[in-house]
Amino acid sequence: MKPVAVNNSRDILATAQSLRWEVGEDFHEKLMETLYTNATEIADRAVTRPGEKPRFDLDRTIDHIVTSRRWGFLLMILLFTLVFWITISLANVPSRWISDLLIGTIYPLLNQAAANIGMPWWLQGILIDGMYLATAWVVSVMLPPMAIFFPLFTLLEDFGYLPRVAFNLDNVFKKAGAHGKQSLSMMMGFGCNAAGMISTRIIDSPRERFIAMLTNNFALCNGRWPTQILVATLFIGALVPAYLAGFFSALAVVGVAMLGVLLTFLVSWFLTRSVLKGEVSSFSLELPPYRPPRILQTIYTSLIDRTIYVLWRAILFAAPAGAVIWLVANITVSGQSLAEYIVSFLNPLGILIGLNGVILLAYIIAIPANEIVIPTVLMLTMLITGITTPGAGAGVMFETDLESTKAILVAGGWTLLTAVNLMLFSLVHNPCSTTIYTMYKETGSRKWTTLAALLPLGMGFAITFIVAQVWRLVASWI
Amino acid sequence: MNPELNTEQCETCPMHNSANLLKLGLDMQDWDYVIALAGNPNTGKSTVFNALTGLRQHTGNWPGKTVSRAEGGFEYAAKKYKLVDLPGTYSLLATSLDEEIARDFILFGQPDFTVVVVDATRLERNLNLALQVLEITDRVVICLNLMDEAQRHGLQVDERRLAKDLGVPVVPTSARSKDGLELLLKTIHEVATGKTVGKPRRFQNEPPELKQAIQILVKQLNEAFPGLPNARWVALRLLDGDESLVQAVQNGGLAELAAGPGQTPALPGNLELEASS
Repeated sequence: MKPVAVNNSRDILATAQSLRWEVGEDFHEKLMETLYTNATEIADRAVTRPGEKPRFDLDRTIDHIVTSRRWGFLLMILLFTLVFWITISLANVPSRWISDLLIGTIYPLLNQAAANIGMPWWLQGILIDGMYLATAWVVSVMLPPMAIFFPLFTLLEDFGYLPRVAFNLDNVFKKAGAHGKQSLSMMMGFGCNAAGMISTRIIDSPRERFIAMLTNNFALCNGRWPTQILVATLFIGALVPAYLAGFFSALAVVGVAMLGVLLTFLVSWFLTRSVLKGEVSSFSLELPPYRPPRILQTIYTSLIDRTIYVLWRAILFAAPAGAVIWLVANITVSGQSLAEYIVSFLNPLGILIGLNGVILLAYIIAIPANEIVIPTVLMLTMLITGITTPGAGAGVMFETDLESTKAILVAGGWTLLTAVNLMLFSLVHNPCSTTIYTMYKETGSRKWTTLAALLPLGMGFAITFIVAQVWRLVASWI
Repeated sequence: MNPELNTEQCETCPMHNSANLLKLGLDMQDWDYVIALAGNPNTGKSTVFNALTGLRQHTGNWPGKTVSRAEGGFEYAAKKYKLVDLPGTYSLLATSLDEEIARDFILFGQPDFTVVVVDATRLERNLNLALQVLEITDRVVICLNLMDEAQRHGLQVDERRLAKDLGVPVVPTSARSKDGLELLLKTIHEVATGKTVGKPRRFQNEPPELKQAIQILVKQLNEAFPGLPNARWVALRLLDGDESLVQAVQNGGLAELAAGPGQTPALPGNLELEASS
């Protein structure tokens, strides 16, 4: 039975091979032509178009504006600034409510309860000062901006705006030597880089797919938007009068996101001229019709899909990270805590690039999830330096609102330069471990996966280093 | 009292049909039928998928949203269905990974049948894919989606004419507002239980030299793999030099196809299948 089948299949393949020569090279085109003729024929019979001339077409009018050469980019920037401005100006109040509740009220109660049942001090430290506080930080810092930003972003997506952004960017991608579809995987990366990695499957050429994967990290992901928004609100907004603060913070966040897009182009351009040389392939991008967003449904799904998902992931990583933070801050070797050793070891490097040792340690702890960087920085700063907010005792030091969050950071040695460089480093550093793992699963290549992790990390160090040097130089002149 | 008459009336009552649909979400134990959900990008496949399974696969108004397959289940009229949402593609010629995933599942995954979601406002282009699916399998239901949008644009689509031309059932729907889903379920049920049998239209008017080449290959294929349901299409792909089909001929994947459903399908190549977020 088996040998017969093998012979048969060999025969068939041989026949196919020889017939292919007979049919000629334009076989594929002929086949497609047949297919299209058939489809047109059937469609023509089934569809009746309205007799009168095409009416005023709202879709086309909107498209003329949002994809125009002159206004397309400007509108894009304005629209995203508006979204962040709304997010920033609305997030402050609920943020304070949540931290009042979780940290101002529940935290002392938990400590009280632990004391009452006679819990050992180290267990109380790990559970309450470590795990509970880290989780509470994550919730109060991240939940409000996410709950506002994600629904807004999803509304834009549902309306049909994202493909227009892709359309605007397509030309630039092509100039950079990358595939136009990369604009779509980049859009996906603005949600989640791991999802962005998977979405590069729509790119058929392996060369261009690698470019898309290597640069996906420059699209700010869910886990990094809150970091950007918070740091911009605290430090950039404070530079201008209060009534402009929200707008300026929003501009700063958009600026960082735009820088990410710019880096995507530059790195793509560089890659196509060095390790990934080759021709650009073309494709057709379909602009879907605008659809009135289903507002309630969109808000519901984006809260479930994105906000709760990201928050849950953050909490999942924050609780163990909280325990780790507490441990490194409290395990002492010859009078100094582990954290102090690590931080003072990292500090020279941190200072050199305009950050500090605490931030670098936070980025190491936060490799599994970018979401917990800021909470980790805050906790490490407080635990190591023993800083309390001015005038507050040890028990109420976590009475936070944005002002005292900033006070903690400033006391930890933060300057405007630290804030700017943190925003830059948050944009340009290694992807989270989930993204790295996804890339490895998709490509099966250790080499490219390693490059995807190390390239942005190296760039991050370089960029922050240069900014710090120039900044200090200029500051010394003034 | 005539019980048969009563049931018949029930089946046309929307209330009864909605009550009949049991969204099973991810709980898909012992399904009776496997349905593949195919279609061009951005035609509302994921919306149909969500409406039937009760899952909340993220839907978005842009092409390329679903790049890997998602699975969910539902129960209708006492039959359990497993629904597989495939990446949206314009063709099944497998030039990129998403097209390959869709194509390989329809061909080698051996779903009991395929629901092709087509955009009523862009029928011509959408039919290109539908016709290709019809070449592979005759167990197809066409879900003519976005009828509400077609109406807004003043288009009238004659679904009966379309059904006649394609030779398979066509169900007009507006999945966003859940219009027509009952009829879709009913049609799915009828096709699944064999009440409706499609006689699909195959490509016509191909050039004579092509026709001859196809005939020769089909004959050989039928001899080597008796019972192969789509010899004509396989012949076309072999003529086009499709790598994964050449592989399937060599490694016996095609022989298993010919043996009919119930066999473990041989998935060729590095098929990475998982639910996307």
